[in-house]
Amino acid sequence: MSLSQAEVVLAGDSGDGAGGSLGRDAWRRLRRNPVAIAGAILVFLFVAVALLAPWLAPFPPDKPVGQVTPTSIPGPSAEHWFGLDDLGRDEFTRILWGARWSLVIGVVSLLLGMTGGLLLGLLAGAFGGVVDTVVMRFVDMVLAIPGLLFAIGVAAMLGSGLEAVMIAIAVVNVPIFARLLRGQMLAQRQSDYVLAATSVGVRRRRIVLGHILPNSLTPVIVQGTLTLATAIVDAAGLAFLGLSSNDPSIPEWGRMLADTQRYLSSAPLLAVFPGLAIIFAALGFTLLGESLREALDPKYRR
Amino acid sequence: MRRNGMPLRGTLAVIAGTVLIISTAACGGDAEPGATATDAAKGSTFIFASSADPSILDPAYHSDGESSRVTNQIFETLVTTEKGGTGVAPSLAESWEVSEDAKTYTFKLHQGVKFHDGEVFNAAAVCANFERWYNFTGLSQSDSVSYYWVTVFRGFAKNESDTLGKSLYGGCAAKDDNTVELKLTEPSAAVLSALTLSSFAIASPKALKDYKADEVGGTAESPLFTGTFGTEHPVGTGPFKFASWTRGDKLELVRNDDYWGEKAKLSKIIYRPIEKAADRAQALRAGSVHAFDYADPADLESLKSAGVQVIERAPFNMGYLGFSQKTKIMQNQKIRQAIAHAINRENVVKTKYGAGAKVANAFMPDSLWSYTEDFAKYDYSVDKAKQLIAESGEANPTLEFCYPSGVSRAYMVDPAGNFQLMKADLEAAGFKVNPKTSPWSPDYLNTTQAGDCPLFMLGWNGDFGDPDNFLGTFFQSFSSQWSFKNEPIFKVLNDAEQEPDQAKREELYKQANALIAEFVPGVPYAQSPSFSAAAKNVQGWEPSPVLNDVFATISLS
Amino acid sequence: MLRFVVRRLALLVPILLGLSILLFLWVRALPGGPAEALLGERATPEAVERVRRLYGLDRPWYEQYFTWVGNLLRGDLGVSTRTQHPVLEELLRTFPATMELALTAMIFAVGVGIPLGYFAARRHGSWLDHLSVAGSLFGITIPVFFLGYMLKFVFAEKLGILPTDGRQDPLLDVVHPTGFYVLDGLVSGNLEAFADAFQHLILPGIALGTIPLAIVVRITRASVLDVLHEDYVRTAEAKGLKPATIRGRHVLRNAMLPIITIIGLQVGLLLGGAVLTETVFAFPGFGKFIADSIMARDYAVLQGFILFTAVVFVLVNLLVDIAYGLIDPRVRVA
Repeated sequence: MSLSQAEVVLAGDSGDGAGGSLGRDAWRRLRRNPVAIAGAILVFLFVAVALLAPWLAPFPPDKPVGQVTPTSIPGPSAEHWFGLDDLGRDEFTRILWGARWSLVIGVVSLLLGMTGGLLLGLLAGAFGGVVDTVVMRFVDMVLAIPGLLFAIGVAAMLGSGLEAVMIAIAVVNVPIFARLLRGQMLAQRQSDYVLAATSVGVRRRRIVLGHILPNSLTPVIVQGTLTLATAIVDAAGLAFLGLSSNDPSIPEWGRMLADTQRYLSSAPLLAVFPGLAIIFAALGFTLLGESLREALDPKYRR
Repeated sequence: MRRNGMPLRGTLAVIAGTVLIISTAACGGDAEPGATATDAAKGSTFIFASSADPSILDPAYHSDGESSRVTNQIFETLVTTEKGGTGVAPSLAESWEVSEDAKTYTFKLHQGVKFHDGEVFNAAAVCANFERWYNFTGLSQSDSVSYYWVTVFRGFAKNESDTLGKSLYGGCAAKDDNTVELKLTEPSAAVLSALTLSSFAIASPKALKDYKADEVGGTAESPLFTGTFGTEHPVGTGPFKFASWTRGDKLELVRNDDYWGEKAKLSKIIYRPIEKAADRAQALRAGSVHAFDYADPADLESLKSAGVQVIERAPFNMGYLGFSQKTKIMQNQKIRQAIAHAINRENVVKTKYGAGAKVANAFMPDSLWSYTEDFAKYDYSVDKAKQLIAESGEANPTLEFCYPSGVSRAYMVDPAGNFQLMKADLEAAGFKVNPKTSPWSPDYLNTTQAGDCPLFMLGWNGDFGDPDNFLGTFFQSFSSQWSFKNEPIFKVLNDAEQEPDQAKREELYKQANALIAEFVPGVPYAQSPSFSAAAKNVQGWEPSPVLNDVFATISLS
Repeated sequence: MLRFVVRRLALLVPILLGLSILLFLWVRALPGGPAEALLGERATPEAVERVRRLYGLDRPWYEQYFTWVGNLLRGDLGVSTRTQHPVLEELLRTFPATMELALTAMIFAVGVGIPLGYFAARRHGSWLDHLSVAGSLFGITIPVFFLGYMLKFVFAEKLGILPTDGRQDPLLDVVHPTGFYVLDGLVSGNLEAFADAFQHLILPGIALGTIPLAIVVRITRASVLDVLHEDYVRTAEAKGLKPATIRGRHVLRNAMLPIITIIGLQVGLLLGGAVLTETVFAFPGFGKFIADSIMARDYAVLQGFILFTAVVFVLVNLLVDIAYGLIDPRVRVA
């Protein structure tokens, strides 16, 4: 899923160098954008719940608090706001704890994918020539395989476990970040200030690390925010295909959602709560990322 | 900038048109799916939601339930299981005799039976089938292809692998037109029950030959059957005939109007593959199919309240926790006993299984002959478990506990759910649990089969009504899955298989159960009915515990 | 143009070669093998060994690779160990299904996405803009299978206006010469079958098309905004051209370029998302077949299908580039 988002950035980004007043300007526009504010609130809530889950949750996340049978799973009540799950645990508690796991999955797979992609992109963008060609052909090759299938393939190879899921999601994002960074660096290389620096004899490494790289990072940050969202959603997709944590008692939204779809007719809310949680979290990051991109894009300056 | 662009209005018109087409098609009148299946005008066509396509429609070459569910309508076996049970009943053979030494089986065949292609069914046709199976070569000898022959008859005329055994099959003779004499090379009492298996159904020898059932083509690396017997021309004697098959979409059978027994009431059966149980239930509630197997216990209430009949098959299965004694900790009998006491089996069954499921205490269902409860039982007791751990000499015992993903069986509806309950139980008794999971096939089955999981969750669906199919399968000889050598157990099971006298066999299996319970190679914990569902208007379905239902009795009102 | 096409096609060769080796190594790096998968519960070590020998899996991998490539060049993709049918036959059976589904999804995404994105851009900063952006982004955040189940629950089960699963009502007697069921209905003049096949595509099409929809909205909005600020549009406005003319001739046409690029790039996404959609709707397609084959370690299928996907992906993007050249002469490659 993340595949095409990168392309949007590529196509939609003009790649201009960041000016001095851009930051302040962007911040002003961000504050005025209701979409950005909505996104920020959702992200704030999500992170707050993730951090405070142990104090917010009314029950233990892994202990049954009532007896259930396959055909009688109590729904919401005053005591259990979201009802019980299929093993008799408090669903509200598990949703709260789940924020924590989704955050971990999102952040870890983002960091892994971004690091890999940045290294590859840096390699291609900094050296150019043969290195660039080889790296980019490799990236093309990987991009020619549908992202989710690729992730399944990687996860199947690594065996089960959340680590495998996070690596799989990360690997799918590597070529995206690589391409993004390379494109940015190529654009920067042609820009006036780099040409100027080169002409006054600044060393290549300093130009790359001191000028080109930092200036190329803005769209990477935007893409990173969006990737957090897709990572959470992708983890759910992989869980649906049976690729998830080793320990099913871990309250992880993707798995909770995938595993409870079979209760859609008997305990429908049980099959819906984790879905809503995922949507809200992913929506927060997406809204924020999108408005960030727009705010940072000089095109939209008035 | 001078280009003839499509003006915006045009674009919008196209879009609006598309939307219109979609919405009108969506609401389009008479092809509404909900109405069609129940529409009386369509005649008595029975739509059954299977969970996957059959692998092949040649009974000798399949060993999966999806295939046999279809071939059970097209083909018949010499003997079958009695209605609703697992005892042996006549089918193509009216009667049979087993010799004193259990090495000669004589079958009297029904007369006047014809194959769908008009060929006459007789003793020669039966022997032709046995000879075909016995003379399999190459690809046909593969366990993935002729599993049940290898399991029951052990080997072929010319074994192409040294790991196959000497064949139990000693020859087939047509004494007269309707008398078949089957000879075995060794005594075996279990063969008669085994002959109820769909894999030993009798096919038309002419059709087998005409449609090249055994012809193998392809390359050396990728051999495949090139004949069309198993895909387009399966010809048997059953109440239904093959009509057509579009894989992934539907498979159609039509009534055999020349059937020798009571003719089928349905005129047509259509099988549609829908992988997930919840989706099959939904299709039934939405009225697009008439029936399906392997219903999820969680769906039973919603099905009943939608006016659907829930059909319960007597439990003929057993879910168990297995121990691989490859690891040192599992060789410790106190630890094995401690696990048996630690698991709250009652709670697992109640939380995760449907009505009618029971706790299992032995490695065979309690409905099978020779079952009595004269053996050591392990009640749920955290205290006893703790005490046994203390006696075991293992400080801080840690268990690597494997469970599968992507699978649901009657004996193990929700493996991850069972796992979580058991993990909590084991932790309460003082074990540390390391969870490990993998997709059912091949990963999970591989690791458990290799004995690489110290503690694993598995189960068994019975194929035929003989304790040998349960106890013999698990414990008759050393297997890496269990990784133990216990000569008394091996011996009693071997004797029991060969013993021709029924009363003596019963006694031997009782002994076996007692020995096994004492040794605790694993913990049986559940036996569960499997559930099928059928629309309100479906009548006369006779469910079999071993799932070899014949749909001839079904009618739609 | 011809030379451009030839050059692009030639570029396919190294990609395919590299990919074929990677694929070959990857399937063999999966734990367990087709023999184990095939035997399932009955995989005793002896049985596994027999099956491995049968399929030549006991030979060194490079030998197997050359045999495979040799057969491939002769048009033989091998045999699926899981289904016991030739891989090519499976490809021809499952690909049309997914094609149909992907096209439906694309039509939905483009048909709804372009107008939405266009109007959002025209009213940049307005509530309509924010709503359409937020609304379309909402689509990205719903796990595809969850959306599928929700759609099915509401429209198929509760309202009963659309079918729950499959590609065709089993009671209809239809022949399928092309494998594209909608087309088959038309070709054979069976309008009932056509309408029925089409109905079966609607829910899965929407489920699969929601993410592309969001992307199309976004990119349309962005590129229309771009174009609106271009000098020639301002010039046209200054010249006093009718707004409708400006919109049609200048804005939308120029904004189409990036949109088409994005559409080309959706192919991979659609095939990936199809895995989930096809599972939910019991739709016998290509994505689900690959996912099942990964689980069954079906080497020949994985190699053949994924290589084929890559070829399709590259070809579609070549087509996109050609369309690009046709729409905008500035990028026409000599």
